[in-house]
Amino acid sequence: MPPILQLRHLTKRFDAFTAVDDLSLDIAAGEFLTFLGASGSGKTTTLRMIAGFERPTSGEILMEGTSITPLPPFKRDINTVFQSYALFPHMSVRDNVGYGLRMRGVPKAEIGKRVEEALQMVQLGHLGERAPRQLSGGQQQRVALARALVNRPRVLLLDEPLGALDLKLRKEMQLELKQLNKRLGITFIYVTHDQEEALTMSDRIALMRNGKIEQLSGPREMYEEPVSRYVADFIGETNLLETTVARRFGDSAARLTIAGRDFEASATPSWVEGKPAWLAVRPEHVRPASADGPGCLPVTVVDAVFTGVITRVHTSIDGGGHLVLHWPAQQPAPEAGATLMVTWPTERGRCVGD
Amino acid sequence: MSETSRAAEPPSRRAAKPDWLDWVRARPRVRTFIGAGLPVGFVTVLLLLPYLFLFAHSFFRLTNGRLTHELTLENYRRLFGTPLYPNTILFSAGIAARVTIVALLLAYPLAYLLAFKVKRHRDLMYMAVIIPLWVSYLVRAYAWKIILGQEGILNGFLQWAHLIDQPVAFLLYSKWAVIIALIHIYTPFTLMPIYAVLEAIPPALKEASQDLYASRWQTFRHVVLPLSLPGVVAGCTFSFVLSMGDFIAPGLLGGNDSALMVSNLVVSLFGVAFNWPLGAAVSVVMLVLTFTLLWLANKIETAMNYTGSTAKVQAAAAAAVGTAGPAK
Repeated sequence: MPPILQLRHLTKRFDAFTAVDDLSLDIAAGEFLTFLGASGSGKTTTLRMIAGFERPTSGEILMEGTSITPLPPFKRDINTVFQSYALFPHMSVRDNVGYGLRMRGVPKAEIGKRVEEALQMVQLGHLGERAPRQLSGGQQQRVALARALVNRPRVLLLDEPLGALDLKLRKEMQLELKQLNKRLGITFIYVTHDQEEALTMSDRIALMRNGKIEQLSGPREMYEEPVSRYVADFIGETNLLETTVARRFGDSAARLTIAGRDFEASATPSWVEGKPAWLAVRPEHVRPASADGPGCLPVTVVDAVFTGVITRVHTSIDGGGHLVLHWPAQQPAPEAGATLMVTWPTERGRCVGD
Repeated sequence: MSETSRAAEPPSRRAAKPDWLDWVRARPRVRTFIGAGLPVGFVTVLLLLPYLFLFAHSFFRLTNGRLTHELTLENYRRLFGTPLYPNTILFSAGIAARVTIVALLLAYPLAYLLAFKVKRHRDLMYMAVIIPLWVSYLVRAYAWKIILGQEGILNGFLQWAHLIDQPVAFLLYSKWAVIIALIHIYTPFTLMPIYAVLEAIPPALKEASQDLYASRWQTFRHVVLPLSLPGVVAGCTFSFVLSMGDFIAPGLLGGNDSALMVSNLVVSLFGVAFNWPLGAAVSVVMLVLTFTLLWLANKIETAMNYTGSTAKVQAAAAAAVGTAGPAK
């Protein structure tokens, strides 16, 4: 299937600041794609260019092979759910939802029917006559969603739509959005700085850094095979151990020296010998070793924090640096000050560059 | 007395400060009374009392040029019975309406440009609009005398351009001169509230409208304009009420037409004819008209804000419960 949207060498500069830097990406029809990144990474600017609120400095946006770059927002078959919801305060909920249909000259009877359907879909059928400010944040968020979806756009853009909701509501809405995406077959392009949200919902994640895509992959791959220290650090919890010597061997493996000991690890293709290297290993993969041997690291326990499912054991590496490991909560955790030998499966240790 | 007991007993330190201050501090109600009483007293003495005197005077009788404290409706009978007075009020309202419309047509686009299109030096441009307000009203009115007079700048220009052979006289000392000057003076008053509401419209609302297939014109028509109406109503109320009650511009620039403005009539009734009761009656009528207008403007503003029918029902229900409650 051909991609529904193609971003080709998109660049956006604001005076001296380059917000988006030569970004290229194909987005498949029906996909749930998330732009994830810290503030200032260019994720929102990219979304605003797709919506038509910003004109790219250079580059092109194609929709089903046709350029939409010069089109104003109102001529694009794309709708947006805004971070602030941007509901029209002088209109009822029903008039808000029907706004797009009215502007396109859809017959009145059909508008009424589709608005009701859209309100039912977000479970707000009974609140159509309310003014937006009479609704809770979660309800306003649903109205914003209904107002966009009622137009049956090809692509729906969502700009941190759950940012203002409390945690429980946010989790509910995450699942609901994912289900809507699959049920309606509409392409969702989502912007967030919350890595957990991105992992929960997305088919693919584009992790943005300084206006470029640092890594583009599915959630699992991004978690398990980060291409850089930045990604490993941004996604989930990770230990980043500084290495003194690192050499590649074979296609995708490296030998590293940490605190005077040698380790083997899988190596990400983007890391080049000679550049600084880190060993990235997730806390859940680190476990105590029964005896010293190759691939083992001596550490001293600093603190053990019980969190429910696991106990998080903070340690200091004898040669310098920190390491966290997850200890099964059912087992007694080591006391602070205890020395410990830890290890991890070789393939779980990952040699990454910056 | 020991150290500890003194610490526990603040009154022993009272001697250093005046007694009454502590007395006031200790009583929140008295404090509130003083805090609220001063401004209330100010308004009462300087605003409400004069209005009351004015109101009372409109019911007094003038016999042989002397004021008698004998109550009568004669002043109002004369006011509504003589065509001069209603006509003057209507004429003033007509002038004010023209000023209001032109000021609105000038102020709205300017406010729109300032709020949305001017990116750099916006504050500076806004100041440029506001600064004329710092110049004395009289200076601005006189400026128009210089511009519009027979030897004035406008006549000079028209002659230089060979559009006229002789200086024209109708520019100055006519209702048109009054209207032009009033427009100049009150346009900033119209602009300020419009600019304030336009600037407060979140940019995301305009983007949302465009995102939902509304063209730039439709976005203006359906989002920006309705949201700016409270400012339009406020601005128009300003310029209408202020120009209807103006007497300096008509006095300086109006010539014979100036006698047709209601405030000038009031001035001559009080100052020249010494008919205070009739002057007071005209003022009271004007005051009632003005308050009606302000009330109407307020009504229009509330009517244009969608509050939700459910809310109205709920409010009505709450009110019903509220009134039923104490009756039980």
